[in-house]
Amino acid sequence: MPDSDTPLPPIPASRAVPKKRTRLSLVWVIPILAAAVGAWVAVTKILSEGPTITIVFQSAEGLEAGKTEIHYNGVSVGTLKTIRLSEDHQRVVTTAQMAPKTENFLLDDTSFWVVRPRISGANISGLGTLISGSYIGMEIGHAAKSRRDFVGLETPPVVSGDAAGRFFVLKTPTLGSLDTGTPLFFRHLQVGEVTAYALDADGKALTVKVFVKAPFDQYVTPNTRFWNASGVDLSLTANGLSVQTQSMLSILIGGVAFETSATDPVLPAAEADTVFTLFDDRTKAFQLAAMDPQEFVLNFKGSVRGLTAGAPVELRGIPVGEVIAVRAQLDVKNFEFSAPVTIRLDAPRLGVQVKDMDPKADFATQRRLVIDSLIAHGARAQLQSGNLLTGALFVSFDFYPDAPPATVDWSQTPPQLPTIPSDLAAIEARAVAIMKKLDEVPYKQIGDDLRTTLAGLDKTMASLRGTLGNTDKLIGNTDKVIINADKLVAPDSVLGDQLATTLQEVTRAARGLRVLADYLERHPEALIRGKTEEGKQ
Amino acid sequence: MSPTAASARQLGLQSCPACALLSRPARGAEAGHCPRCDEELSFRKPRSIERTWAFVIAAAICYVPANLLPVMTTTTAAGADSDTILQGVVLLWSPTGWPLSLIVLVASIMIPSGKILALAYLLISVQRGSAENSEQRVRLYRMVAFIGRWSMVDVFVDTFTVSLVQLQPLMSVAPAPGLFFFAAVVVLTMLAVESFDARLIWDSADSREVRHA
Repeated sequence: MPDSDTPLPPIPASRAVPKKRTRLSLVWVIPILAAAVGAWVAVTKILSEGPTITIVFQSAEGLEAGKTEIHYNGVSVGTLKTIRLSEDHQRVVTTAQMAPKTENFLLDDTSFWVVRPRISGANISGLGTLISGSYIGMEIGHAAKSRRDFVGLETPPVVSGDAAGRFFVLKTPTLGSLDTGTPLFFRHLQVGEVTAYALDADGKALTVKVFVKAPFDQYVTPNTRFWNASGVDLSLTANGLSVQTQSMLSILIGGVAFETSATDPVLPAAEADTVFTLFDDRTKAFQLAAMDPQEFVLNFKGSVRGLTAGAPVELRGIPVGEVIAVRAQLDVKNFEFSAPVTIRLDAPRLGVQVKDMDPKADFATQRRLVIDSLIAHGARAQLQSGNLLTGALFVSFDFYPDAPPATVDWSQTPPQLPTIPSDLAAIEARAVAIMKKLDEVPYKQIGDDLRTTLAGLDKTMASLRGTLGNTDKLIGNTDKVIINADKLVAPDSVLGDQLATTLQEVTRAARGLRVLADYLERHPEALIRGKTEEGKQ
Repeated sequence: MSPTAASARQLGLQSCPACALLSRPARGAEAGHCPRCDEELSFRKPRSIERTWAFVIAAAICYVPANLLPVMTTTTAAGADSDTILQGVVLLWSPTGWPLSLIVLVASIMIPSGKILALAYLLISVQRGSAENSEQRVRLYRMVAFIGRWSMVDVFVDTFTVSLVQLQPLMSVAPAPGLFFFAAVVVLTMLAVESFDARLIWDSADSREVRHA
C-alpha cells in the first residue's frame, strides 16, 4: 500500500484503447459445421463411386441414361450414365457408373446384355422389366485381366457361366422348332437346354449348342443319340395307336431328347463340345449307321400316284430302303410313258442279314451277288398301297417265280431293277379289257333279234297251248290203255288163266325136250338106230 | 422516413425488444436488463452482422448439396428412383403440369437462393454504410423475413409424402440426404433473418444526416 502523504509526480492517465473484438464469435461454428458436413458428403459421394465403364450395344432400346441399372444376380451394381451413338452411327456407346468395389467384377470375359421382357416358348423372363424398364444384366467372367470397355451381348446367355455341366454341339439340317432355351430331355427328365444355334458357313447345316446340366452330362457318351423330340409323334401300328411325347412343354415348344442305346457298348462320358448328329426322331436316331447305301431305279409303267420321296422300300415287309425321287419319262420312239423311281437300298442297316456269304468278298460284290440272285429267283418291285385312307404307296419287293426272267444291268448308274405292275394295276387292266369287250357287244341288234324271237315265241306258245290240249287227251287215252292192260294182267282175268295153262304146257314141253336131250347125249346113235331097251328102262 | 425524428440510440436510450420500454443503459455496462420485463437490453442486436454472415454463409454452403443431392427416393416395383429438386422440376414440367413445376421451381430453388442473395446484399450494404435505398432495403428485409417460414413447403411436402406413401412392398418413399441440406438452408436463412438487426439499415442514414446537419 503506497503512502498518501508522499507527493507524487504527475502520473499520466492510461490511454483508453477500445477493446478490439478479435475473438471470433461462436456462431461461426455453424458455417464451419455446414462446410464440414458438405465436404464429408462430397467425399463419401466420390468414394462411393466405383469405376466407370463403357459398354457398346447394337441398340439402346429400353435403355435410359441415369435410370437403367446394371444388375448382377438381382443386385444393382451400377447405373447407366450416358448413351450416345458411336462415331459410325452403327452402334450405341453407353457409359455406366459402377458401384464401389466392383473393380474385381470387371474382367476381360465379363459380359453384359440388355434384359428386356422376353417371352419365348420355354420361358418368360424379364417380366419385371415390363414395369421397371430394361436393365443390363451382367455375368462375371473368370479372366485374370481386368477391362473397362465391353461389347454388350445381344441375347442373354441362357446358361449361367457358373452352372455345372457340359456343352455339346449338335449338327442338324433344319432347325425345326428349336430355339434358345428349348429344353433337353433325358428319359423325359429336363436336364438342359439349347443355348445357341448358328448356320454353318456353307449354309447347308446348323450347329446347335446345347447345355447338359451336371450330373446328367455324364450320361452323354460318344455313342449317345440326340433326336428332335418336338411335338407329338403319333404312330398307328398293328398294336394300335401310340402317342410318343416328351412332355407338355415339348409338345408346345419342341425339345431335344438324348439317350444311349442299351445295346451299345458303355463308354466313358463324352468330352465337352463333342459333335453329335441331331436326328429327326427316335426311330431314326437308333437306326444303324448307313452302310454304303446304293441307289437303284425302278421303272413303273402304271400310275405312281401316292408314291412320294421317303416312302419305304420293303422286302417282304422288312424295310430295306426308301424312295429318293419320283420322276416321269416319255419314250418318244414307241410312245411309252413311265415313271422311273429312284430308291436307295441299305438292307444291312435295316436288318436284312445275308447268310453263307463269302466273307472275303468286298461289300459291293456281295451286294451285287445278292441282288442278282434275288432277281434271278423272281424278286420284282411292285407298288403297293400302304394306307387305304391316304392312298400312299410304297415299293414292295416280293418273289414272283412265274414272272418273265430279268437281269440287272450293272453298267447303268443307277442300275435298273425289274418291276411288275401292281396288283391293283393288273386288276385294273383286266377290268378295262373286260369293259372294252362289253363295249363291243351289239346290244341293239341283240335287242331287235330278241324282240322278233319273242314275237315268234308268242306264236309258238299259242300252238304249244293247242298241242298241250291234245297231249291232255292223249294222256287220258293212255290212262284207259293202262287200265285195260291192268285188267288183262289181273290174276283173276281169263287171259291170266290161259297164260298159266299155256306156261304149264310150255314147262312140260321143255321137260320132255330135256329128257330127249339127255338121252341123245348118252345115246347119240339113237338118232339113227332108235331107242334101245335099256334106254326105255 | 422522417429525418427530424431522433432514434433511441441517438438519445442514448435503449429500447426493450420485448416490451418497447425506453431506458437509460446501466452506467459502465453496455448490456443491461429491462427494468420492467427483465429482457436483456442493447442498443443494437449484439454482433448482428457477424452472426448474420455466419448463418448466410452456412446456408450458402448447404444450398449446394441441397440441390445436388436427391431429396427423395421413390422405391416402386420398378426399382428405386432418386430425384433431386431440379429433376423434380423437370419431371413435373409438362403442358398440363407446368404450374406445379413452376411452384416447385420458385419455392425450392429461386426463393432460397434469393434469400441468401438478399441477406448478403443487406449485410454488405450495411457494412459499407450505404444510406441509399434504405426504405427499399427494409422492404426487402421484411419480405425475406415473411417468406422464410413458407420456404419449408418443400420439406413439408416431402415429409408428408414419406409418411403417407408407405405401401410396402409396392411402393415406398424415403427422404434422401438432399432434404436435410434443404431444411438446413431454410432454417439457417431464417436464423440469419432473425439475427439481422434491421435498425442497422437506418443507422448509417441517420449518422449521415447528423453529419450533414
